[in-house]
Amino acid sequence: MTTITYLAIFALAVYSFIINKSRAVSLAKFSNLHSQPYYHGIYSAVFMFLPAITLLILWTSIQNILTNLTIKDYFGDINDPGLVKFYINSVIDYSSGVSTRVIEHSGFLPAVERYSSLTYTNSILKIIVAIGLSVTLLRLSMKTVTVEFKAREYVERLFVMLMKLSSIMAIVVTVGIVLSLLFETLRFFSMINIFDFLFGLQWSPQTAIRADQVASSGSFGAIPVFVGTILISLIAMLVAVPIGLYSAIYLSQYAPYKVRTFAKPIIEILAGIPTVVYGFFAVITVAPFFRDLGDKIAPGALSGESAIIAGTVMGIMIIPFITSLTDDAMNAVPSSLKEGSLAMGATVSETTKQVIIPASFHGIVASFLLAFSRAIGETMIVVMAAGFAANLTLNPFESVTTVTVQIVGLLTGDQEFDSAKTLSAFALAFVLFFLTLILNVIALNMVKKYRELYE
Amino acid sequence: MNNLSQRNQAERRFKTYGFLAVLVAITFLFVLLFNIFSTGISAFKASYIGVNINLPAQSERSDINPRKEFKRQVYEMFPQVKTRSDKRNLMSLFSKGAIYEFEELLENSNKEDINGYHWFLAHADVDMYIKGTVERQGNEAGRINPSRMQYVDVLVEQNLIKLQANQYLLHSADSREPELAGIKGAIIGSFYAILIAFIVSFPLGVLSALYMEKIALKNKFSNTIETNINNLAAVPSIVFGLLGLAIFLNFFSLPRSAPLVGGLTLAVMTLPTIVIAARSAIKSVPPSIEEASIGLGASRIQTLLNFTLPLAMPGIMTGTIIGIARALGETAPLLMIGMVAFVVDVPGTPLDPSTALPVQIFLWADSPERAFVERTSAAIMVLLIFLVLLNLLAIYLRNKLEKKW
Amino acid sequence: MTEKLKISIKNLNVFYANKQALYDINLNIMEREVTSLIGPSGCGKSTLLKCLNRMNDLIDICSINGQIMIDGTNINDSDQDPVLLRSKVGMVFQKPNPFPKSIYDNVAYGPKLHGIAQSKDELDSIVIKSLSRAGLYEEVKNRLFEPGTGLSGGQQQRLCIARALAVGPEIILMDEPCSALDPIATAKIEELIEELKTKYTIVIVTHSMQQAARVSDRTAYMHMGELVESGFTKNIFSNPQHQKTQDYITGRIG
Repeated sequence: MTTITYLAIFALAVYSFIINKSRAVSLAKFSNLHSQPYYHGIYSAVFMFLPAITLLILWTSIQNILTNLTIKDYFGDINDPGLVKFYINSVIDYSSGVSTRVIEHSGFLPAVERYSSLTYTNSILKIIVAIGLSVTLLRLSMKTVTVEFKAREYVERLFVMLMKLSSIMAIVVTVGIVLSLLFETLRFFSMINIFDFLFGLQWSPQTAIRADQVASSGSFGAIPVFVGTILISLIAMLVAVPIGLYSAIYLSQYAPYKVRTFAKPIIEILAGIPTVVYGFFAVITVAPFFRDLGDKIAPGALSGESAIIAGTVMGIMIIPFITSLTDDAMNAVPSSLKEGSLAMGATVSETTKQVIIPASFHGIVASFLLAFSRAIGETMIVVMAAGFAANLTLNPFESVTTVTVQIVGLLTGDQEFDSAKTLSAFALAFVLFFLTLILNVIALNMVKKYRELYE
Repeated sequence: MNNLSQRNQAERRFKTYGFLAVLVAITFLFVLLFNIFSTGISAFKASYIGVNINLPAQSERSDINPRKEFKRQVYEMFPQVKTRSDKRNLMSLFSKGAIYEFEELLENSNKEDINGYHWFLAHADVDMYIKGTVERQGNEAGRINPSRMQYVDVLVEQNLIKLQANQYLLHSADSREPELAGIKGAIIGSFYAILIAFIVSFPLGVLSALYMEKIALKNKFSNTIETNINNLAAVPSIVFGLLGLAIFLNFFSLPRSAPLVGGLTLAVMTLPTIVIAARSAIKSVPPSIEEASIGLGASRIQTLLNFTLPLAMPGIMTGTIIGIARALGETAPLLMIGMVAFVVDVPGTPLDPSTALPVQIFLWADSPERAFVERTSAAIMVLLIFLVLLNLLAIYLRNKLEKKW
Repeated sequence: MTEKLKISIKNLNVFYANKQALYDINLNIMEREVTSLIGPSGCGKSTLLKCLNRMNDLIDICSINGQIMIDGTNINDSDQDPVLLRSKVGMVFQKPNPFPKSIYDNVAYGPKLHGIAQSKDELDSIVIKSLSRAGLYEEVKNRLFEPGTGLSGGQQQRLCIARALAVGPEIILMDEPCSALDPIATAKIEELIEELKTKYTIVIVTHSMQQAARVSDRTAYMHMGELVESGFTKNIFSNPQHQKTQDYITGRIG
C-alpha cells in the first residue's frame, strides 16, 4: 500500500514538472521569462513533492508510535519490557502475514484485530490526505508559473542547501562515531574501573562472566592487549621501514625513468590487495615457513600464532605506504639543493644522506607515523594469524593478541548487549580511534610545518 | 683525494641496497600471487565419477525415486558389493549433490538418450586424493580408509574418475560440503553492498566537494569540516563497522546480515575518499573556464553544473572507483554488522541475509577441511580479478573522459 | 698575467634527445682570468657552462660529443670520475641555494666530504678562510651556527661562494650569480670576483652586457647554440668582428 502511495506522489511530481514546464515554454513565446522553463518545472515538482513526502513520513512515524502504544495496553499485565516488545513485534508480524505464530496470551488475538483495523483505517486516511495534498499543491504550483517568477533562484538556493547538508554529513559521521563509541565506553566504565582497564595486567573477559566477577579488577586489564598491538606493529615497521625507505631512495634518486614507471606501480599493488588475502597468505605460507625455520633452531619454540608471523605479513602490507609517502617527501625537496650538493663533488648517496633526508625529515617521520597508525588499526591479518589469548610479553616468538582481534572476538558471538564483555569491545575501539586520530593529527601537522619551510 | 675510492664504494653499496629493497618488495608480491594462484587453480576443476546409467525403457519418470534409483545404478556397476557397510562405503565416494544431479538428468533428457555414461560429482575426500593435495599412504589417503580406497582404485583403473569443470564454484552459494560450495551468494551480496555504497556515497561526496571547494567561505567552520574529512580517511575500518553496528543495527533496527546495512556502512567509509578525490579534481579545473562562463551571464550554479563538474569528472570517477575497489575488499566492517553468518541461499534482494566475497574468503580460510584451502584461493583469485577490472575501468574512464575535453 | 691555457673546448656538440643545443663550440679559457659567456636567452650559455663540470650528466637525455680538456685531460673520458672533477671545478648557481644547515656546516660540508681537513682545528680554519675570501666572515662571525637560510639574498650567495671555495677548486663556474640580487649586493659580488681572479679561473654566464664589460677579461658571444665570437672584452665591445655580435651589443637583438 505504502509503496504505491509513494510511487503515486512521485508520478504526480513528474507530471507537475512536465505540465509546468510546458506552460512556461508557451509563456516564453510571448515574453522574456526570468527563468528558463526547466526551472519552473523543477520548482513546481519540488513544491509539490517535498511537503507531501514529509507529511507521509511524519504520519507513518507517528502512526507507528501511537499504534505500538495502543497495542501495549493489551499486555499491561506483563512486567518485563523486553517481553512486551517481543509480544508487540509478534502482533505486527502476525498481522502482516510474516509469521503464523500465535502467542499464548489473552490479549494477543484482540491486539491483532485492533492492529489490523487501525492500520487499515490509517492507510485509507493517509492515502486520501496525501494524494489530496499533492493535487492541491499541484494546482497551486501552476499559478506560480509567471514571467516574473524567479524560479531559478529558488531552485538554485535549494540546490545549495542540498550541498550544504551533504557537507555536514561529514561532521555527522564523525560525531556519530565519537558518540556511539563514547556512549558505550562510558557505560563500560560505569561497570569497570577505568584505571583497572587502562593499567590492569590481566585480560580475560570471558571468564569474568562465568565466575560472576563482572566487577572484578584484573579481568579487564587491557595492558597485554595494548602491548600485543604495539609489538606486532613494531615488527611490521621493522620490516617495512628499511625496505620502504631504501626502495623510495632508489626509485627517486637512482632509477632510470623506465624502471621507475614500471616498479612504482607494482609496489603500489601491494597496497591494493585486500587484507583478508594477506591474512590467508600468512596462514598458508608464512606461518609454515617460520615454523619450519624455528624447528630447525629450537623445535617447538615458535608458536604457530607468534607475533612475528602477523608482524611480518603486516610489514609487507605497509611497504607501499612508506615508499610512496617517503618518495613524496623527498621529491618535495627543491632540486636546487640536490644540484648544489652534487656540484660540490658529493656522490648521490652522500647527497641523499646529508642533504635530502635531513631536508625532508619531517615528511619522512610523518610517513612513519601514518604507517604505524595503519598497522595498529589493521584487523584481518591479525584475526587470521595472531592469537586470541592475551599474553603480556615482548618476545616476538610468542603468541599475543591485539585490540582489533579482541573487538572482533567479543562482538561476533553471542551478544548480550549490556554485558561488560561486549561493552569492553567499545572501550577498546574508543582507545584505538583516539590513538589513530592523534597519530594522524601529529603527522599532518608535521607535513604542514615542513611545507612552510619551502614556501 | 685519498678517500675517493672508499666514497665510491660506499656509493655503490648504497645503490645496491636500494635496488635490493625494490627487488625484495616486488618478490614479496610475486610470491604472494604465485602462492594464491597455484593453490587456487585446482579448485576450478572437480572430480566426477562416471556411472553407466541403464534405465529400463518402460519406466515412467514420475515413478522413479531418484535416490533409490541412483544407488541402484551405482550398485549395478559393482556387482560384488553386497553388505550394507560395503554399499555405504561405495556411495560415500559420491557427493551428496550427486543425487540432485541425477534428478536433474532425469528431468531434462529423453528416455532414449539417457542410457550411457554420465558424470556425477565425487565427494571432497576423493577429489582431494585425485588432485594430489592429499597424499596416499599405503591404502589410505586422508579420510579415505582402505575399504573406501579399494573402490577408488577400481574406478581409477577403469578411467571412471575424471576432472571436469567445477560447476558449483561459481554457480552455487555456500555449503557445508566443500565440493558443493560456491561463491555466487557472496558475489551477489558484495554486488548489492557495493551498489548501495556507491549510490549513497557518490552524490553525497560530490555535492560536499562542490560545496566546500566552490561555495563555502573559507572560515573556521569549513576548516573544521575539512579537518574532519581528512581524519575520517585515516580511521581504521573496524571502527566504521562498530558505527554500523551501533547505529544501523541497534538504533534503526535494520535487518542484520543484509547487504543494505553492509552497503551503508561501506558508504560511510568510502565517503571521505570520494570527497578528497573530488575536491582535488575540482580544484584542478582552470578558473579561466569558469570566468568565461560567468562572463557570458551564467549563474554560479549553472557554471558549476555545466562546466566545472564535467571537467572534473575524470578525476572524480577515478577516485570514486578506487574507493569502491577498496570497499570491495573490506572485511572487518562487514564482520561487525553480521554479514558473517553461514548463508546457503543466494540473496534475492539487498534486504535478505547474505555474505560478501571477502567475508566468504575469511570463513572458508577458517575451515579445517583441506578442500576449502583451494577454494579459498580460488575465491581470492576471483576477488583479485574483480579488483583488477575495477582499476582498469578507472584508468579507461579517465583516459576516455579526458580526451573529450 | 701569464697566459696559460686552463680549459680547452674543441668541437663540442651537445644534444637533448634529438634536439641539438650546441653546435661545434671551440673556446679557450685562460688561467686566472675571468671569462664571461654572453648572449640572448636560449643561446646555450648555461648548457655550455654545465658541460664544464659535467652537471649535464644528471640529465638522462643529454648527450655530448667533442673534447673538453682541463689541464690537458679530457674530462669526459670513461676513466674520469665526475666526483673528483667537481672538487676541482666549483659552481655557484643563479638562485642562492644554501643547505638547511648552519652557516658553519654549509661551508664545512665540502671539506668534510672530501676528507680535506685532518682535524677539527684545520676544518675551522678552512671555514674561516673561505668565509673571509667570500667577504662574508665579518658579517657572520658571531652567528656561525645559525641557519644559512636566515641570511639575506646577497649574503646567501656569498655563502654559496664560500662553500664552493672551501673545497679548494681551481676553477669556479658562475651561472648568472647576480640575477636574483639587488644592485648593492650585485656590486659586492662583482668586487669579490675581481679579488678572486687572482687565485681562481672564473667562467661566468651573464645576461647583462654591462656586467660582462665590468667584470671580465675575456668575453665569448653566443647565439642560438653557436659561438659567434670570442676575445678580449675590450675588443668585443668596442670593435666586434661579426655583425651578430654588433647587433647584440647595440641592442638591435636581445
